[in-house]
Amino acid sequence: MDEVLAPVPGKITKLLVKPGDNVQEDDQILLLEAMKMENPIFATSNGKIKEIRVKEGQDVDVDQVLLVIE
Amino acid sequence: MLEAILNGLGGLIAGFQALALDWRSMVMLIVGGILLYLGIKKDCEPLLLVPIGFGCILVNVPLTDLMAKDGFLRIIYDAGVDTELFPLLIFIGIGAMTDFGPVLAQPSIFLLGAAGQFGIFLTLLLALFFGFTKLEAVSIGIIGACDGPTAIYVTSKYAPHLLGAVSVAAYSYMALVPVIQPPIMRAMTTQAERQTVMKYTARPVSKTTKMLFPLVITVLGGLIAPKGLPLLGTIMLGNLMRESGVVSRLTKASENEIANVVTLFLGLCIGATMSGAAFLRPQTLIILGLGFLAICLDTVCGVLFAKGMRVLSGGKINPLIGAAGISAFPMAARVVQREGFKYNKKSFLLMQAMGANAGGQIGSVIAAAVMLSVLAGMGVIS
Repeated sequence: MDEVLAPVPGKITKLLVKPGDNVQEDDQILLLEAMKMENPIFATSNGKIKEIRVKEGQDVDVDQVLLVIE
Repeated sequence: MLEAILNGLGGLIAGFQALALDWRSMVMLIVGGILLYLGIKKDCEPLLLVPIGFGCILVNVPLTDLMAKDGFLRIIYDAGVDTELFPLLIFIGIGAMTDFGPVLAQPSIFLLGAAGQFGIFLTLLLALFFGFTKLEAVSIGIIGACDGPTAIYVTSKYAPHLLGAVSVAAYSYMALVPVIQPPIMRAMTTQAERQTVMKYTARPVSKTTKMLFPLVITVLGGLIAPKGLPLLGTIMLGNLMRESGVVSRLTKASENEIANVVTLFLGLCIGATMSGAAFLRPQTLIILGLGFLAICLDTVCGVLFAKGMRVLSGGKINPLIGAAGISAFPMAARVVQREGFKYNKKSFLLMQAMGANAGGQIGSVIAAAVMLSVLAGMGVIS
């Protein structure tokens, strides 16, 4: 189990994976807009996306759990 | 009768004859065309390069008098550039656009905004070495602020004959920050340093702090460097309007309508200073070279300073963020964020870099203010 946290406050602009997808470490999994810049967020480990806890367009705070990889 | 008609028709080709005799105008028409190309096709600061490029073309068509007394470009120049009014009006807009929150949340990062200004002073010394006068050297050094309006303000006041070269250098290098900085950042750091993950641990900044900040900086800065108060005061006025939240109409006008109108006029005027005789001189090339060096030196000093902070903090600071301590906002911070990702996908330097970058924005203005006040103290300027 590995929780991917928001590194900074911002807004989720795009989800690039869905639950059940297999991901490799350092794959892009979503885009987070912060300070008017769109930033890729990468998978923290190899595994399967268990749960996505945010929606596109949602504002997130620093350290908020974005999704869970298992 | 026939002779009169021929003479009259001759008037229509006089311009072509003058152009054929004047290689400088010819070259400058091409330079104007290149600036337009860069702005329109290459998306390189189009808001500036389109009016600058067109102004350059206008002023280099022979036998015209747009920059002569009562010419329309001269009227705009005298009203806004000669009086230093345009850069100050733009500063109100910049203040209204800038969120100093990331600086206030991480005060130590603010120091990086000071380190990024060393290039100004090193370049000033180099310009003196190349035989420029003191006032010219100040205007050239200020390119290292990486801050267009500051460079224009200082140059129009103290070395107006260099305005074209200095502003073209300042704006083109600003646009080239994403190209110039990364190789220097790489060369100055080790792989392990570049991979350092910095945790974003900003504490929230209260609205009161955000409103006090512009006021304190204005008064304190004005007392230390009275010569720079027009620069500091206008940027902080814009910022106070933004943070107060009660004059959104004025804030919006400052960052949109006023800034846009002034950018158009300012760009045209800068282009209009680029007449062949004034621009095509060896000193223009030296200025372009020194300006380039200034921005490289800024990056070097910023990264070195961040390396020092890394040592003091026990390895917690990623020295790449030092490169963001210049005024090119928010380009420099984005460059840092992108470079950080290249070396470590889990590294997220954006907020720290934005802090350093906003610090650099104030830093460049303060550096200019301090320099002017020191020069006034030395009796070089009045």
